[in-house]
This record gives sequence, C-alpha cells and structure tokens, in this order.
Amino acid sequence: MTDSALSTSPHEFGDVRGDRAANRLTSNNSHWAERLLNVLFFGCAFISVVTTAAVIIILARETWGFFQEVPVRDFLLGTRWTPLLNPKSYGILPLLSGTVLIVVGSSLVALPVGVACAVYLSEFASDRIRQVVKPVLEILAGIPTVVYGFFALTFVTPVLRMILPQTHVFNAASAAIVVGIMVLPMVASLCDDALRSVPSSLREGAYSLGATSFEVTISVVLPAALSGIFAAFVLAVSRAIGETMAVTLAAGATPNFTLNPLESIQTMTSYIVQVSLGDTPSGTLAYKTLFAVAAVLFSLTLALNLLANQVMNKYHEVYE
Amino acid sequence: MMNSTVSGSPGNSAEPDPAILEARNVCISYGENLAVNNVSLLIPEKKITAIIGPSGCGKSTLLRSFNRMNDFIDTVSQTGSMTFRGEDIYAANTDPVEVRLKIGMVFQKPNPFPKSIYRNVAWGPMINGMRGDMDELVEAALKRAALWDEVKDRVDESALTLSGGQQQRLCIARALAMKPEIILMDEPCSALDPVSTARIEDLLFELKQNYTIVIVTHNMHQAARVSDYTAFLENGVLVEYGETDQVFTRPANNRTEEYVTGRFG
Repeated sequence: MTDSALSTSPHEFGDVRGDRAANRLTSNNSHWAERLLNVLFFGCAFISVVTTAAVIIILARETWGFFQEVPVRDFLLGTRWTPLLNPKSYGILPLLSGTVLIVVGSSLVALPVGVACAVYLSEFASDRIRQVVKPVLEILAGIPTVVYGFFALTFVTPVLRMILPQTHVFNAASAAIVVGIMVLPMVASLCDDALRSVPSSLREGAYSLGATSFEVTISVVLPAALSGIFAAFVLAVSRAIGETMAVTLAAGATPNFTLNPLESIQTMTSYIVQVSLGDTPSGTLAYKTLFAVAAVLFSLTLALNLLANQVMNKYHEVYE
Repeated sequence: MMNSTVSGSPGNSAEPDPAILEARNVCISYGENLAVNNVSLLIPEKKITAIIGPSGCGKSTLLRSFNRMNDFIDTVSQTGSMTFRGEDIYAANTDPVEVRLKIGMVFQKPNPFPKSIYRNVAWGPMINGMRGDMDELVEAALKRAALWDEVKDRVDESALTLSGGQQQRLCIARALAMKPEIILMDEPCSALDPVSTARIEDLLFELKQNYTIVIVTHNMHQAARVSDYTAFLENGVLVEYGETDQVFTRPANNRTEEYVTGRFG
C-alpha cells in the first residue's frame, strides 16, 4: 500500500489537485457552511448588543420624559417619595436610603463571613473538605431569591423580633441578613479564586522566614489577593443593590427616609415591583417614575461593575 | 551499579570540617514515587555544599526536606533521620517554624512579597517579634546581599519594580535578616541572566564567612566555581560526595565522571 502511494505518478498527483482548485489558489467553492455559521454567531452576539442598546434607549427616553415634569433637583434631593399618593412628591432619597440599608447590612453579613470562608477553603481546608463545601456553596447560590424572602419573613424576622421587640414586621434588617446570605456564596467563591491565584511561591517564601500559617495568610496571601477580594466586594454590593424579591417580601413597601434597620423601608427595586404589579396606566407620570428609578439603579450597578473591572485589570498583572 | 561505599561525609580531607546538618538513610517519596533513596550525608559548617544531578534526580526534594518545606505537600512521606546540630529536625516536638528560623531558604524563582523593598526585608523579623533598630537591620541585610547601593534611595518602592537579579538578591537579604545559620538555595540563578548570576555567585563567597550554604544547581560549572563540597545525585541516590575539586577532576564513580564531563544529563 505504501509502495503504491509512493509510485503515484506526478501526473496522477496533478489530477488530484486539479479536482479541487484547478491548480489555482482561488476556489469556486464558497464554503457556504462556514459563512452560515459566521452569520449565525454574529447574529447571536448582535442580539445581546441590540438588547442592551434598546434597554438603554428606552430607559433614557422615558427618564427624559419624567424630567420634563419633575425637576432633577427635586428628584435627587427630595426626602419624600409619594408618587402614587397625594400630595405627590418625587424625592428618591427614601428609596436610596432603603437601598443603602440593604447594601450595608448585607455587606456586614456577606463580606466578613465570605472572606473567612474563602480563607478557610483556600488556605486551610483539605482537598476532601473543599470538594464537599464548594458544591454546597454553589447550591446555595442557586436557591431562588423568593425562597430567601420567604425565609426572611418566616424565620429571620420572628427571631429578630424575639431579640429586639421594637422590630417592625417588615424591616430592613431581616431583608439585609438574607440578602447577605444570598450573596455569601458569590463572595466566598470569588475570594477563594482570588486567594488561590496568589502564587504558592509567595507562601513558601513566607514560610521559609519562619512564619506560621496564620501569619502567612493574614500578612502575605490576603494583601496579595486584595484586588480580587475588592472586586468580589463590589460585585456583591452591586448584586445587593439589584436584589428584588427577598427585599420586597421582607422589607415592606414604605419609602421611609431612615437609616434605622428595624423599620420598614422600600428599596428602588421593590418600588419598581410595586408599581409594575399595580394598575398604573402607562404614559402617566407615575408610570414614568419607574424608568427614572430604573435609570438610577442601572447607573449605580453599571458604575460598580466598571469599578470592579477596573480594579481587576489594573492590579491583575502583578504576577505573570 | 551504584557505589555502595559512598561516604556520608565529604571524606578525603585530612581534617573533616565539623558538620552542622546530618542526613542519615533519608528516603523521601511522593505517594508511591521514591524521589530520594537512602541518602546519608553530612553538611559541613560555613562551607558551600553543592548538590548536582540531572533534572528530577531528587535534589530539590532533598534540599527542601532540610527545613521541612515538604510539609506543605500532602503526598510526601519521609523516613530516616535528619539532624541540625544533633537535634532531630523531624521529631514530634520539633516546631517547623523554629527549624525555618535557623535554616533559611532562597527559591528558584525570585519571590519577593508584593510589598515595599523595606517591608520585604523587615517582614520576617517583625512577625517573629525581633526587637531593636529595624532600619539598621534592613540596611545591614541589604548591604550583605550587595543590594543596598542600588536601592537605598527607594526602599519604599514596591519590590516588584526591581529587576529579576535584584529581586533574587532581595530574597537573599530577606533570608539574611532572619539571621539563620544555614541558607538553602534551590537553583537561585536559574531564572537570571549571566551578569546577575555572577553577582550572586560573588555574594556566595562573601556569605560563606558567616553562613553554611547548601545550593542545588543543575549548572555544573556553577557548582565547580562556587562550592567547597559537591554531592552528585542520580535517580534519588547519592552517587558521589566529596570535595568539589576531587569530584570534578578525579571522580571516584564512572557516572559522576560522565555527568560532570557533560556526557549525559
């Protein structure tokens, strides 16, 4: 067989080549399948871009309409938010303060516990424990947020009211705690990645100077992973800002300009839910408030995500 | 094939130098893989001992076992005895942290902490609660490592701004600041250019006055240039150990001769 292949005459060989491209570099074959795939994939990528653009355009248009009727100053600095009641007032600060309560509260839960969890997983846990804990964290991340809201209402709030009887039935603290639990897996997982990306040569260097594991972790590994940990924080905050269901269920719907976590509040997201579920006629000012609030929400989370990216890119190249 | 009469001490000298480290019948394995096979040797004090051998011969593994750096690899198991000034390094009541305070290490790739030059040197003494003038200690360590003149005006800059050769000297300074008795060096020049390599080799001669140095290298010329004693390891077995001159010019073992003359490895 090899012999016959070797004995192929130059003429035969020429014929074979001629079949395909007639001895030229050009080809009549248009590779239509390749082109089709190309178009298909471009289409998929294009859809996501178009969707994003459409969302931004609609948000901008309706928000513009809103600001034709309500001065920007009143919107950003007003301390009363009663777009559905008389006298109408369009100050977003109560919604912002509600959101801040949830963000700060959930961060107080998620960040320390998340980092501690990541430190344990990356620096101390044996491989076997890791193999169990990591998937459990991911399951925790997959629980629908409405379940967390229900959990807040039926478990966390009663416990809070037992400890602090002045707590309202709907309160920011309960919602903040479950949002914290909700973002905990993300924080732990991202921080774990950040810690594990610290080269082991740094740990060895530290151990070789007579450091204990605790000293190595606190004073070498954590600082070296700081950019990744910070990015995880920012993403967690951004997720807490956007969290809707649990907050709507547990924190109530009272736009209160307060920083007392035991009171009922309303966040930007739960306001959007409230109005979307109601029978607010489209085109009215009350309807347009939706878009104004959504625009604020969108700008905040976008800014935070950009910040996280920035930090990641800027400090990532420290180790080759 | 292996010469069973390999002496544990770098024998032939008339007056053997006093040993600071002693390994006796040391076997180290990764899981089922035997990396170091029944090695016995004495490391003389305030000398430079080179461990040479082809890649994967177990020389780094052996080096890292002297200050228990293999503790961090779960699959490693070790038998035999290893002593520092007669004290068992692997005894149940031995604190590996204490071992590493006495036996410092410099790694293959420079691994400065992402901190300032100053903090890199001061970190070890600080966490170990050393008292006294830290500035002075940092300056002394950097001078010892022949880095002070290049960095004295920018000790607060990040150590990562230094060149590779400077980073490696910083790592040496960092080890020196702990005032160890022994410094283990795991191919400290393999990631460096020839000029930086020459500077580090010069530095080794200086350090020999005060420290015992064990250096692993795959570069035979380096071993011949810098060391007083040379151990040749092959497949985890100590094939030959003796004064460097003798090992390189009149090796007792055929394999050693073939290796040092570059016929394999």
